[in-house]
Order: sequence, then structure tokens, then C-alpha cells
Amino acid sequence: MSVKVNIEKCNGCEECIKSCPFDAIELKEGKAFINEYCQMCMTCLSVCPEGAIYEETEGKQTKNQQTSEYKGVWIFAEQRDGKVAQVAYELLGIGRTLANDLNTELSAVLLGASENEAQELIKWGADKIYHVKSDIFNTFNDEPYSKILIRLILMHKPEIFLSGATPIGRSFIPRVAARIKTGLTADCTSLKIDKETGNLLQIRPAFGGNIMATIICPDKRPQMATVRPRVMKPGNYDSNRKGEIINVPCDNLSSRTKVIETVKESSGCFVNLQEADIIVSGGRGLGDPKGFKLIQELAELLGGAVGSSRAAVDEGWIPYRHQVGQTGKTVCPKIYIACGISGAVQHLVGMQSSDIIIAINKNPDAPIFNVASYGIVGDLYEILPLLIKKIKEEKGI
Amino acid sequence: MRIIVCIKQVPDTAEVRINPETGTLIREGVPGIINPLDLHAIEAGLYIKEKTGGKVTVISMGPPQAESALRDAIAMGADEAVLISDKAFAGSDTWATAYALSMAIKKIGADIIICGKQAIDGDTAQVGPETAEFLNIPHISYVRKIEHIDKDTIRVQRLMDEGYDVIESPFPVLFTVIKELNEPRLPSLKGKMAAKKAVIQKWNAADIGASEDNIGIKGSPTRVKNVFTPQARTDRKMLEGTPEQQVEALIQELRGLKCL
Repeated sequence: MSVKVNIEKCNGCEECIKSCPFDAIELKEGKAFINEYCQMCMTCLSVCPEGAIYEETEGKQTKNQQTSEYKGVWIFAEQRDGKVAQVAYELLGIGRTLANDLNTELSAVLLGASENEAQELIKWGADKIYHVKSDIFNTFNDEPYSKILIRLILMHKPEIFLSGATPIGRSFIPRVAARIKTGLTADCTSLKIDKETGNLLQIRPAFGGNIMATIICPDKRPQMATVRPRVMKPGNYDSNRKGEIINVPCDNLSSRTKVIETVKESSGCFVNLQEADIIVSGGRGLGDPKGFKLIQELAELLGGAVGSSRAAVDEGWIPYRHQVGQTGKTVCPKIYIACGISGAVQHLVGMQSSDIIIAINKNPDAPIFNVASYGIVGDLYEILPLLIKKIKEEKGI
Repeated sequence: MRIIVCIKQVPDTAEVRINPETGTLIREGVPGIINPLDLHAIEAGLYIKEKTGGKVTVISMGPPQAESALRDAIAMGADEAVLISDKAFAGSDTWATAYALSMAIKKIGADIIICGKQAIDGDTAQVGPETAEFLNIPHISYVRKIEHIDKDTIRVQRLMDEGYDVIESPFPVLFTVIKELNEPRLPSLKGKMAAKKAVIQKWNAADIGASEDNIGIKGSPTRVKNVFTPQARTDRKMLEGTPEQQVEALIQELRGLKCL
């Protein structure tokens, strides 16, 4: 397989040169020429206005030839403000297991951040770090992120690639999969190796967790998946572990989108919903925006985050970012405390995979009790103050 | 401004009942609706048209029944609709779906492509960004506010975990929207009339020039190996008594779980 230029059609407009992530196209005698750096990413095929660039296939490779070239398990180590995100350590945990099962190496890709953060990834289980040090990665921007990752994957050919199913991972990883022409499974909650075929079994909830599906990617590599945060256990930390850090250059990472500004928003007690161990959520049953003061107080006491049902957001009692459910966030904390939430299907699909669900509601027939581990039928304005008082006593506050 | 909105027809979960024995959704006889987040995408398209002028084309890939979702979009105010439907598309995963959508979008021509962040049945949020990559254009995910739009650029807010980013892009661009962006309008009487009369264009794989290697099962890198129902919760405990007793019982449980 190779990429060729039809010299007769090429008018030397240089569009392909600008598009190439590998500097693999140059202008020779007014025509595009593809040099040995070509990684066959096919970007130029879609940008050429004349349709002068084409893919030449020399007979089909068999499946095994194609997939067996790919080796190693890779994870994307997401960083925010220069700090590696918790989900990266979780990916190293599951990545280590998969790499051991396949008897191969575990590598991490770190875009931006310091050498120190790269060292930490090794201590958490990585054998190799592909570290691209550049300020352009300080703020998340889809194009440079996806371009450099496409380049790395095409060059090093990992067999498995995992990223966190975070806003960042779920935004740019699909671009990478589309370009590389491989499968991507969203928001996996379990991953294992099929002992017979060596394929990665990617298990994910669909329809809000009412159905689980096992997805495979049998003929394309790498097998790519985003993994739901907080589901996998971090790997073992070993401060003596040794690994290799490979500094990767990054030239020509242009971007059409520009990040003008990054704004942090906090609304009182701010803990990221999708990373919280405990979520205290309020719904229409609060009857009043003031109810969220109680919700917040309980959440703070437990070191948790504040969630809400759609009804409370629609009433304007709390910002949208707190909404759990079908048109909000899907969460799976260790403990989910639903206060005054009746439990419409649209809410349940966003939280029913939580480990433990505590429901407090006046109505004994509220559907929320169908998914609850512990149910309290009662007035939340009686229950919550008592609960807060008791917890304070427990904690000696 | 040439605006294309991509929508998907999904089962209406408000009408879906859960089978109490198996815990699965009973989908039979459930009416199809426009995916809720796609309503916000249509609204965004109409809003941009009102600001800059232009035309809103709504497209959907799906079975013939998806035509009713497209008519609903016209009732909201979209100018025209195209149904991309072919048995050859059956079994398409996100990669093959994004490929087909990109081929249709190329045929129509667009400055702005708008998608809902994700569909409520698949929950992948992948088709939007994948389509942008196939079109070789930038994309912006999770748009919650359009700050500015003129003939050359668009500036929007992208919702992130700890706040938001302000992003600017030239055209063409694809963006995916979240609920916070707007309040979808209801169909007007005039719109409903237009929807009745509208001729929905129907394109098959050949019409959009899709290569058969890239669509349907054959073009899909991923396969569903099996589907199963997660174990239903069987451990429910109702805490009875006075509020004090209920809270005391809960504290006991929390202590047992080592959360205190």
C-alpha cells in the first residue's frame, strides 16, 4: 500500500503539503512529491482539491500480517494544568494487567507537563513514556492533540490504546480513530483479553446502563477504547521502578481552532462529579433552591460532590454542570444519595451503576426506590438535618 | 451560511418501560423521537440562520422510518431534509456512520455542521468528532454558548470538567452541543404545514458516493460480540421507623461501609 500523486492532475497548489502531519510531501518541479516519511495517514487524499492523490494497493494483506505488526499496550496520560489526571493512573492499572496478559510492554503518552510527571507515570506502572514537551499542550485543543497522537500511533503501532472517557478523551480520540481507520469503543467499564483470539474484550453500558455490550475490534489495530473514570483501580506505586522516557519532537502542529481563554468555574463546593466517590443529589422534592444548601452541606461533610436531577436544573436552582442523567452526566460513585428525586428513567440511566444508592423521598412508590440499596421514606427536611448532625458527631466536628 | 444539522431517531425513553424481571428496556411499540440533544442542535442551526442568513439542512442516517424525525425538524423550521438510507448501511458502527455522514455532507456542502453531543441509545459521543476528521475540518465539542458569529469566524464556549474554554474557529467547522446551549423551539403551525408538504430527499449509498468497503458491517472496525443485562439490584433495604431511627440505621450502614 502506498500513496501516489497523479502528476497530470496535480496543479501544485500545496494544500497537501500544509495538511501533512509528517512533512512527507514536498514540491518538486511544481508538483507534489511524496517522500519516505509518508506514514499513509491519507490526510492528503481528502484535502487535494484536484483529487490528484490516490492510494495504491498492492494486493490485500492478510489479517494476521496486518494485526501482528502491532505490539504493546498504550495509555493516554491526560494532564490538566500540568498535573496528570487521576484517570491516567487508573489506565496504568488496567493497562498493566492487559500488558502482562499479552506479555508485552506498557507505554504512556504524555502531552505537555514536566519530566517529573513523566517519572511518576513510570512509578505507577509504565515501562515507556512518549513525552511531548511543548507549551502548545498546556491548554486542550483537539487538532494538535489528535495530530501528534496519530503520528505516534502510526509510527510505533501499539495493539491496544486506552484513554480516559473524560471530556478531553471523548473529544479528540474519535478523530484519531477515524484517521487511523480503526475501531473505538466509548466509555468502557471493563476490559479483558480473550484468551483464544488475543482480542481485547471491551465491555460498556448502552442505553444508560440498562444493557451491557461486549465490543471487539477483530481486524484493525490498535484496538482503541475510552475508559470510564473511577471504574478501574490504579496500578501499584513503586518508587524504585525504572522506565524509559522518550522525548518526542513536535513540529508543524498547526490548529485552525484557537483556545482564546480557559475559565475555571466553581459553584461553592466544587468537586468534579465524574471523579467523586460520593455524590449527594437533589431534585424537585427540595421544593426550593435553598434545599441545595443542605445538599451541599452534606456533600462537603462527606467530601463529595453535588448532583441534581434535570427538574432542579430546569427550575434554575442549580447550574447545568451538576445535572445527572440522560441529558447530563453519567456518574458511578461509590455512594449516591438521592434526595427528593423521584427517579425518572432519564435520571436513573445516569446513576444506577453507582455502587450504593441511598434514596430519600416522601413518596414510597417513587421509582428511585427500585434502584436503591437503602431507602428512607420521609421528609428530607427532617432527615437531612438529622443526618448532618449525626455525621458531625461521628466525625467529632 | 450553509448549515447542516445531523440528527438521529431514537426510541422515546419516556415511553420505555423496564421489564421488572430482566431489568431490560421494553422497546417494542415505543415511538421514535428526535434524539433529545439533537433538538438543541436544530435550535442552534436555526439561531445561526437567523443571525447570519443562510439555509438549514437536516440530515439523518437511518431506516426509512427516520423520515418522521426529519419532518419534525422541518416543523421546527429547518429548510430541507435528507434521509440517508440503504440496507447496505445496516450494522454501521460509529466509524462507518461518520464516514457515510461525511460523504453526504460533502455532497451538500456546508460551512457549519452541528450535532448533538451524543445519542441516548448508544451514548458514544463519537460520531461528531469522527465526522469532522473525515471532512478534514476542525470540531468543537460540548458547546454551551455561542458568543459571537460573523461571516468568517465563530466563537463559542466549550464546557469542560472544571469550567469552560472559549474557542474560536474559522469555517467550515463542526460542533457538538449540550442541553445548556439553548431551549429548542416548538413547531409552529406554519412549520407543521411545511412538514406535511415537504419532500424529503432520500439518498442511498451510491447517491453519496460511499465506497462499500467503508459502510455497514464490512466498513465497521468494531463488532458487538454479545449483549447482556447487568445484574439487577437485589440488596435493597428500606429503613423504617421515626426519622431518628431511620437516620441512626443509615449511619450504622455507612459505618459498616467505612464511609465515616
